[in-house]
Amino acid sequence: MHVNNTSTEKETLTKRKSSLGIRLFFIYLVFYTGFVLIGVFQYELLAIQILGGLNLALAYGIGLIVFAVVLGVLYNYYCTKFEDEANSEQTNQMKEGGTT
Amino acid sequence: MIYEISYTALVFFFIFVGLVVGLSFYFGRKTRSSSSYYAAGGQIHWGVNGIAFAGDYLSAASFLGICGMIAVSGFDGFLYAIGFLGGWIVALFLIAEPFKRLGKYTFTDALNAKFNSRAITLSASVSTLIVSVFYLIPQMVGAGDLVMPLLGMPHWAGVLLVGAIVIVIVASAGMASTTYVQFLKGGLLIALSLVLTFFILKNGLTLTPDFKGSSSHYTFMELTPQVENDKVVAVSDWDVIAQQVIGDKTFVKLSQNGIERWFDWERGHNRSLLKEALTVTQQADGQTLYNGEPKENRRFYQVGHMSRIVVNGQEVEQTGPLSPFEFLSTLQKSEIVRFLQVKFPDGADQVSLYYQEPTLGASFMLPGLKYKIGRDANLWSKLDFISLMLALFLGTAALPHILIRYYTVKTPRDARKSTILAIAAIGGFYILTLFMGLGSAVNGVLDLESSNMAAPLLARAFGAVLFSIISAVAFATVLGTVAGLIVASSGAIAHDFIDVYLKKNLSDDRKVKLGKIAAFTVGIFAILLGMAFKGINVSFLVGWAFAIAASANLPAILFLLFWKKTSETGIAASIIVGIVSSLTIILTSPTMWDKYGLESESALHQLENPALISFPLAVLTVYLVSLRWPRRSPIADIENSTGP
Repeated sequence: MHVNNTSTEKETLTKRKSSLGIRLFFIYLVFYTGFVLIGVFQYELLAIQILGGLNLALAYGIGLIVFAVVLGVLYNYYCTKFEDEANSEQTNQMKEGGTT
Repeated sequence: MIYEISYTALVFFFIFVGLVVGLSFYFGRKTRSSSSYYAAGGQIHWGVNGIAFAGDYLSAASFLGICGMIAVSGFDGFLYAIGFLGGWIVALFLIAEPFKRLGKYTFTDALNAKFNSRAITLSASVSTLIVSVFYLIPQMVGAGDLVMPLLGMPHWAGVLLVGAIVIVIVASAGMASTTYVQFLKGGLLIALSLVLTFFILKNGLTLTPDFKGSSSHYTFMELTPQVENDKVVAVSDWDVIAQQVIGDKTFVKLSQNGIERWFDWERGHNRSLLKEALTVTQQADGQTLYNGEPKENRRFYQVGHMSRIVVNGQEVEQTGPLSPFEFLSTLQKSEIVRFLQVKFPDGADQVSLYYQEPTLGASFMLPGLKYKIGRDANLWSKLDFISLMLALFLGTAALPHILIRYYTVKTPRDARKSTILAIAAIGGFYILTLFMGLGSAVNGVLDLESSNMAAPLLARAFGAVLFSIISAVAFATVLGTVAGLIVASSGAIAHDFIDVYLKKNLSDDRKVKLGKIAAFTVGIFAILLGMAFKGINVSFLVGWAFAIAASANLPAILFLLFWKKTSETGIAASIIVGIVSSLTIILTSPTMWDKYGLESESALHQLENPALISFPLAVLTVYLVSLRWPRRSPIADIENSTGP
């Protein structure tokens, strides 16, 4: 990613976060595309009953909504972790710099 | 459809609208600089911003449109919920943080942060304006629908009312006010939807939804005709007037006590039955009759009921309270009566007839009733489905009034947390729309003239208070969204176009003033369009806004963020190609053909949603143009020239 980094955030941190984002995006894209493709090419599959009497269309649809929220929470968790790691690295470096 | 005015509803409505306008005046007094007008000064807490995000997003399309489309077309309405939410994944994972790092006030500034190109400024501000206007149309249509049952006003009056209130709000305040208004209404909308869903499940499913006597369920007449040579010749107590064959259906006009009614003649192997239909007749003398009588006689019934309820293989009259899972699976096994529309001339009159179409729950709970992808599918209808899902997925991240909210919190971390809170809130809400839409489909509350009122009318069946609060919140929803959109488009005109493109170095004071004039102009324009598009499902209309946004803005944004060689010419060209191609396809689509008064089948093509063609076209443009006309100056110079 080549963004005009106006904040003080370190380049490595930005890279870590954006590559995580891109990976999660592609995971979701696969599931989303899967739904559309089943609809267009294997329509009959959507009528199959799974999960407590719900058909695949409903289960998949509700699943896509829940999955988006789950991925969002995961993304936030890891990004926050990356940021905290980067911050503590920075403070450690500063401390070390002070003693020598 | 005629509505009785409820005074409880009126009181709540005015309290709520008063609160909204009051709030914005309060914050308006705090708005002094242009940065606080456009982006609330970057001072908003992420939690507030997250719910406001949800509030922004859950516009008329989500609450009125999706519920309405689910009520009428079943699962196909839910496709919008799936796509609308999927779009947030693009926004969160690819766009949110890089954009925040680039950020200034508007979408145009962000796109242009590296180039300072006048071509980008111009094309991006045009695109912001067009997308905002297309997003404004459904909001206005929804507002008009809302006030009809609430205040007993005609549709145009509602549109005018919303337009006027919003112009006052925006002209007096700006982004700060809209954030708090959106926060309030986003939270309330979710809470009220929970209440409504609770009532639906508690009520369960029943063949006669009369809400324990509080509303009377109308049972449609069924008559047995005497038939000779494929013609209905007599029906007891009725006079046979006329017979019309439309497609594979036959409709019979009967008369009793001087009142004419239409019936759908159902012919099976060993049965022949006339089932009552509903009609709106446009008479040659300009009068409109509802089921053969003037509107005031209230013969144009609310519809939507079940013809069979199956529990554990047994047919039952009613189910009693159901769990969410039981509700969905019981519907799937039962049978729902939908009403389908045909239009035909009858002498000098124009008849719009709605006949009963018993639909298996199993097909109602699958995609295919509106977007044909299974039985009866053809190439166009399949392409249309793909195109819609593409537009919804890619549109969210490219909506200017959504992007602008990234700048209202301090750090990228806060922007991220806001977005995730928004996704969770919106996702929860969309699952509720499934229940609210299906609940409206089976509880005899639908207004056949406009699907948009499904959810509020369902609320009315559960009580006047719930109805009034929900209508007021929905109205505030429209107000908030319209206000946000008008801020975004006034930003595009006043800030991007006049200030940056025309290089008029305006004082801060002049800039805010100019923004307000622009807001006023866009507002008037939106009012006129809202009147013109009456009667179309608002989610469907929002689908267009998403398609334009996805085609015009998203290729430019993605290439800018992820491809080093993207040039300023490439971005500008891609935006223009995206706008022109998507607009062209929309303006020649079957729905527009119908609006022009032509046969929708004779339209130039049968694609309702343009994204499938216009998005790849815009992607190709940004790629090829960037290769042919590479960026002019080295990156280092550009970075130095962009200023703070």
